[in-house]
Amino acid sequence: MSGRDTRLGWILLSPALAVLALVTLYPVLSVLWLSLQRRVPVFDIARFVGLAHYAFLARDPGFWNAAGVTALFTAVSVALEVALGLAAALALSRLVRWRVAAVALLLVPWCLPGVVTARLFEWLYSPTAWLADPARALPALIAADVWRTTPFVALLAYARLASIPVGVWEAAAVDGAGALATLRVITLPLLAPVLLVATLFRTLDALRAFDLMFVLTGGGPAATTETLTLYAYRNLFQTLQLGFGAAVAVLIFALVTAVAAAHLLAVERTEERA
Amino acid sequence: MKRGTSLLVLLALLLYASPVAWQVLTSITPAEELMEPGRWLPSRPTLANYQAVVTRSPLPRSLLNSAIVAIATTALATALGSLGAYALARLPVPGRRGIMLAIVMSTAFPAIATVAPLYLIVRALDLRDTWWAVILAHTSFALPLVLWLVAGFMRALPRELEEAAFVDGAGRLGALRHVVLPAAAPGVASAALLAFLFSWNEFLFAYTFTATEASRTAPVALALFPGVFEVPWGDLAAAAVLVGLPPILVVALLQRPLVRGLLAGSLKE
Repeated sequence: MSGRDTRLGWILLSPALAVLALVTLYPVLSVLWLSLQRRVPVFDIARFVGLAHYAFLARDPGFWNAAGVTALFTAVSVALEVALGLAAALALSRLVRWRVAAVALLLVPWCLPGVVTARLFEWLYSPTAWLADPARALPALIAADVWRTTPFVALLAYARLASIPVGVWEAAAVDGAGALATLRVITLPLLAPVLLVATLFRTLDALRAFDLMFVLTGGGPAATTETLTLYAYRNLFQTLQLGFGAAVAVLIFALVTAVAAAHLLAVERTEERA
Repeated sequence: MKRGTSLLVLLALLLYASPVAWQVLTSITPAEELMEPGRWLPSRPTLANYQAVVTRSPLPRSLLNSAIVAIATTALATALGSLGAYALARLPVPGRRGIMLAIVMSTAFPAIATVAPLYLIVRALDLRDTWWAVILAHTSFALPLVLWLVAGFMRALPRELEEAAFVDGAGRLGALRHVVLPAAAPGVASAALLAFLFSWNEFLFAYTFTATEASRTAPVALALFPGVFEVPWGDLAAAAVLVGLPPILVVALLQRPLVRGLLAGSLKE
């Protein structure tokens, strides 16, 4: 029976694994190999160059600018999203009616395609020149990203709050705890695991973000909004240096994998505590 | 008091979503009124912008392309993903933990890392500027998502369900078809909804693998929306509303399965 079950398992799993081998596993291995080559398809150039691209990146001001923009964009937008998402979740938990309508409204900014959000903010900003102002373009971009993704954090925190038994709050009230003390001593510790998960999730997405900046600013003005992903894309498909662009992409991949591994560890710990 | 709080929270949410409402208002405002300072509501609401978009832009074709790509991606990912998920949830597959880990990690891959090799595959298979190029690329994210979510939902089902079917003489496949899949249907639906939303909204792959109206998806067409000398704000707003409408309908009509999928994806396993 067990042998047959194992065989059936492979039969059921193999179509999915075959597709993933082609569209996920092969590309991930292939991008590593690509990053070690000088590859310009339009001129039929394909030559092994070892770690030359990585050595160049270490002294490439364009790369370090993009790394700085990415770090700033990720840190500021994720911090704002988690803070605002927590506040929104606390407000939502006070709702005694219209919960379905409230969650629907909350999810509207989240569900829209990034390109739609970009067009929407382009129109909102049109009376100003923020997107062309080197000092204001990145904050304008961060505002759009925060608007779009805070609902995700709010929903997660709200669901966790809703699962806390009413007795916990009643006990706090009986003990004479004020609203602030309850928040600090009870609510925040209970929400900490879910906020950690949301932070890591959002960090992954912020590191990968592409459509919003590609449409709103294209990385400008003067590369002040050029993230690593935009920098990689420009080299891959606009100057068509596949090998060099692949090296940037591999570094983004390494960064994201490190965050994802941290995420998995955090979720495992959360599970253990639950 | 409690009712007052609820009203306040709802008003704040309405304010939060108001940029969307403004976009809708813009889309029904005549072009000559758009630049009037201080005007909020159109004096005569008009569908002229929509008419222009539907008759004189590539947007209708791109909406069709998006519908086909998103539905095909969802069908492919849900069919292959549900079968594979059963194996991962219930059958003694060697290396199961490793496979699950690889699947979770691949939902976190940045598209920028795989786009160049996928581009070379698409070129080699002569699929450039076709629906299939985009469908394959979208499946690279939708399939791991469905596998992981549905395996989680199936593992949460009581084993007794299947065991009762075995006692009644059903084999593994019979139990899967008649007992497990119907019981896991809400979870499968949640995963399918997330796969659909992902594919409808995706931009990086769709922009890279398409070249003409024949296969450009709706977000790509919206990003490239024609504006030669000045930005056609009214037309652009109408186009943005049309591209955003399907996801908004999903949120409005299918909130329960959507939220279940979102929470399972973030909190379980």
